This record gives sequence, structure tokens and C-alpha cells, in this order.
Amino acid sequence: MPRTAAWLALLAAAAMVPLVIRSEYVIGTLTLMYFFAFVGQGWNILGGYAGQFSFGHALFFGIGAYTSSLCFLKLGLTPWVGMWLGAAVAVGVGLVTGHLSFRYGLRGAYFALVMLAFAEIFRVAATNWDFVGGSFGILVPLQGHAPRLFQFGDKRYFYYVILAMLLALTWAVARLERSRLGYQMIAIRENEAAADALGINPYRVKLAAMALSAAVTALGGAFYAQYFSYIDPAIGFGPANSIEILLRPIIGGAGTLWGPLLGALLLGLLGEGTRGLVKSYAGLHLMLYGVILMGAVVFLPRGVMGALRSLGVGAAERA
Amino acid sequence: MTAEVVLSSLANGIMLGGLYALVALGLTLIFGVMKVINFAHGSLMMLAMYATFWLATTAGLDPYLSLLLTLPAAFAFGYAIQRAVIAPVLRAPEHNQLLMTLGLALFLDNLALVVFTADPRTLLVAYSQTTVPLGPVRLNLPRLLAFGGALLISGLLWLFLKTTDLGRALRASSEERDGAALCGIPVGRVHAMAFGIGTACVAAAGGMAVPFFYVSPEVGNTFVITAFVVVVLGGLGSFPGALVGGLLVGVVESLGGLIFHGSLAQIGIFALFVAVLLVRPAGLLGARHA
Repeated sequence: MPRTAAWLALLAAAAMVPLVIRSEYVIGTLTLMYFFAFVGQGWNILGGYAGQFSFGHALFFGIGAYTSSLCFLKLGLTPWVGMWLGAAVAVGVGLVTGHLSFRYGLRGAYFALVMLAFAEIFRVAATNWDFVGGSFGILVPLQGHAPRLFQFGDKRYFYYVILAMLLALTWAVARLERSRLGYQMIAIRENEAAADALGINPYRVKLAAMALSAAVTALGGAFYAQYFSYIDPAIGFGPANSIEILLRPIIGGAGTLWGPLLGALLLGLLGEGTRGLVKSYAGLHLMLYGVILMGAVVFLPRGVMGALRSLGVGAAERA
Repeated sequence: MTAEVVLSSLANGIMLGGLYALVALGLTLIFGVMKVINFAHGSLMMLAMYATFWLATTAGLDPYLSLLLTLPAAFAFGYAIQRAVIAPVLRAPEHNQLLMTLGLALFLDNLALVVFTADPRTLLVAYSQTTVPLGPVRLNLPRLLAFGGALLISGLLWLFLKTTDLGRALRASSEERDGAALCGIPVGRVHAMAFGIGTACVAAAGGMAVPFFYVSPEVGNTFVITAFVVVVLGGLGSFPGALVGGLLVGVVESLGGLIFHGSLAQIGIFALFVAVLLVRPAGLLGARHA
């Protein structure tokens, strides 16, 4: 199994990085890369596999970040538990928004817009509600090195936490891809009417995809809030965050297992390559993202994974 | 809360609604003809606002007079953008069209952020605070001018669509793209024109808002999210729907501001949006594109 060996080697290398490289900067960059791959994979379950494009995934991200931070701040509950509560709340909200959208058969642009509107409702509500910190947001009180409270004196712990989360998620999505539900999701994406005619219930399958997607994105949001010890309405629920979440899986290849990871890697490298420039001009990296997004739509309509696949197919045909 | 406060708030809502209607007209025209939801609509508006602002501060041009310059420029810009960016994805899957305009919006918004910085700017003109009495309420002159301008432009656009050959070609392409092409209508050029006209509409709305609204790189988004609400409310692709929806949303927002303070009034708009999407995704007046 040379393939398995290759993956194990890659994994071992990822696990070794903090032991070999001491630079906080490199560790931080990789941590964020894994983090974006994680939330991107969350979006990918609904947007990629099930084909329901959401422009408002910041909704679930914000719910995860806010729930875990608020539980800690108000109740003293450790974010290790709070993050799962956040995921549960996100699933609840996802089921409500999903029920409303799918029950009435919203798809395509309409679904994308209604998700954007739901996220905006939460953003405005969080901005105006003093209990959750209003427009200032929440500063998670620091307790020093407290692993039981999801706080670490050394950023390398966060690296291992998100690496483990990403690993577990990748494994789970690989299983999902080969499961009954996974095939049903793909069938609905490719042709909903045909899937319906074959006895698949599109409403239930889309709701299931929504629930899974919401839970994963919320877990990512909770990690983010602990990592930066801070969350505010714009970072949590803002449209810019929704774009950040969907950008990487789309560049990498929506609806593929490795798409979000590849997208996170590529955009991460690009971000580092242009860091000097980006630092001197606020907004430049988003400008670049805009160009990349437009370029990807024209030249890589199925993402990098799609392009690699068609290259592979072409090579196989020639052989 | 006196009747006067409510009345003046109502009047303000109607005037603002006229502006929303004009933004929404551009959006709905582009959608009607090309079936593309233009996420970059707000960014185009923002660019026009900056252009108006700079023409006023550097050349001393009155914001309403500078429409004579910005409108043709906006039309040309929209025409070029359609040719360069939108035309290549016209037959692509819907989500790729959405991503294309989203990418364009990201690019333009952040280009403005790099060039103009995030500082909001306001333009004061001599008549910024001038008011016009109407019955028991006093109307702010720039808002009244913007409202009048919005109505005038909408009316002209309506006449253009109904009576000119080009307008008919535009409507034909929106109803049946391939059929129109078979009849000898240069559909590609008509699409580009529709995008140019849509851009000119939103540019006019932006330019006319400058005397009473701040200019910043993200200012277009505040308007355009409202415009999404308006077009969905009125029915995507529906001309009268955009007008009615615009006025309705303007009034709801303005009256909502009396009850809820601050940005909380926006929640009413979004709630309205969600409700309409769910109950009548084809809009109040539209019926064709569900």
C-alpha cells in the first residue's frame, strides 16, 4: 500500500513540525491553514457534496464561536464542552433555516441569498445585544496555561488540536463520501429531479447535509474564538467571513475530499508569498482573492482537484 | 411620538425608497436579461460615489451636475465589465456565475480600500441642510432631488424599454435568448448594454446619494443587500416590482427606525426578505422566474 504509506509519512511530518521548527510564525501559519481547511470542509459537505451553495456559513461559525465563549464567560463552562453545545445550537439553527429553505424548494441563488440574510440577521442582532457584548464582541478571559479550559501557554498546543480536528474530520468525510447518505447527497447535486424519482427524499438528505455542515463549521468557529481569545459580530457573522469559508473549498475543488485542504494550502502559500505587499496595504489580500476567484471560475470551473482529475483522465486515455 | 414625526419619517422612507428602487432596477434589469445576480452591484455604486465625491472636491462639480459625466462613464464601464467578466460565464452553472460577480465585488471593494483607505468621507454641499416645506413636514432638499431624479430615470428607462427598438431587443433577449438571436438580435451586445444600463442606474443612485450619505469602500454593500431584498420582494426581473419593492422597503426601514433604534431596524428588512423568499419566492408582483 504505497498510498497509505505516503499518507502516513505526510501525517508524521505534520505531527513532527512543531518539534523541529520553533518559529511561532510558521506554526501560526500552519495552524490557520488547517483551520481554514477545517471550516472549508464543513462548507464542502453542504455546498460541495450536496450542491447547496451557501453564502452565509458565517452564521454557523459565529454561533460556534459565540456559544463556546459565552458559556465560558457567563457559566464558567469549559470550551471543550461549549464547542459541542455550539455545534448543537448550530445544528438547531441549521435545521430551522434548512427546513424553511428546502421546504419551499429554494435553490441556487435564492438559497445562497437567504443564507446570507440569515447570517446578517444574526450579525445585526449580536451587534445590538449587550448581553453578548454588542458591537465590541467578547474577549475570552485568559487564565494562563489552562488546557482544561482550551487555553494554552504555548501556541503549539493549538496546532495539535486543530491538526487532530482536521484529521478526524477528513476521516469522517471520507467515510461520508462512501456512505449511503454521501451518495444520496451527490445524486441530489447532480440531478435533484432524477434523485427524487429514484426514491431519495431530497428534503431530508439536504437537511442532513445542512446539520453536518453546520456542526463542523461551528466547531471551527469555537476553535477560532479560543485561538484568538476574541470574537465580534463582524468577524463571527459578517459576509466577509462567509466568503473566507467558501473560498478555499471552491478553489481546491468543491465536492471533493481533498479540495478544501488543497485550497487552504494554495491560498495559505499565496498569502505568505505576498505577505510583504499585503502588510503595507490593507485589503490587498482580499483584492487578490477576488482575482483568484474570478480566474478559478473561468480556468478551473471544478477547482484544482477537478483540473487534476481531468489531467489524470487525459493521461489515462492517451496511455 | 407625534403625528408629525411619523409623517416626516414616512416621507423620508419614501424618498429613500426611490433610491432603493433605482438600485434595484439596475439589479433586476441585469437579472432579467442575463439571469445573473450581480453581487458586484454595490461595488459599482460605491465606485460611482467616489467618482462623484472626487469630482466635487477637486473640480468643484455639483453632485447632480456630475451625473452628466458619471452616467456615460458608468455605462461604458458596465459594458466593458460584461464583455470581460460576465460574458465568459453566461452559459456556466449558476453557482459559477455567482462566484464570478462575488469575485468582482471582492476585487473592486478592496481596490477602493487600498486606494481610498477605509475612512468614511462626507461631502457637504451648500444645500445639504436646506429643507422644503410640504404640508406639516419639511423635506431635506438633497433627498428630495435624489427621489425626483430616481423617478425621472426610472420613467426614462421605462419609456426606453417600451418604445425604442433597442429596448424591445432587450426585452426580447430577456424572454428568449436563443429565439432573439435567431431573429437577428445581436444578443451578446444587448447583454453588454443591459449591464451598462444597470450599472448606470446604480451609479445614478450612488451619485445622487452623495450629498446626504457618507462614502466608504463598503458603502455599496449596505445599499445592495437592501436592493437584494427589494428585487426579491418585487420579483427578480420585474420592473414595476423593483419600484414598488423599493418604496415599500424604504418605508419599512424608516418607520422601523422609529420603533427600534440604531441598526436593529435592519432586522425588520431581513425578516421581511426571508418571509418573502419563503412564501412567495417569485416576489409580490413577479411570477415568471420562481
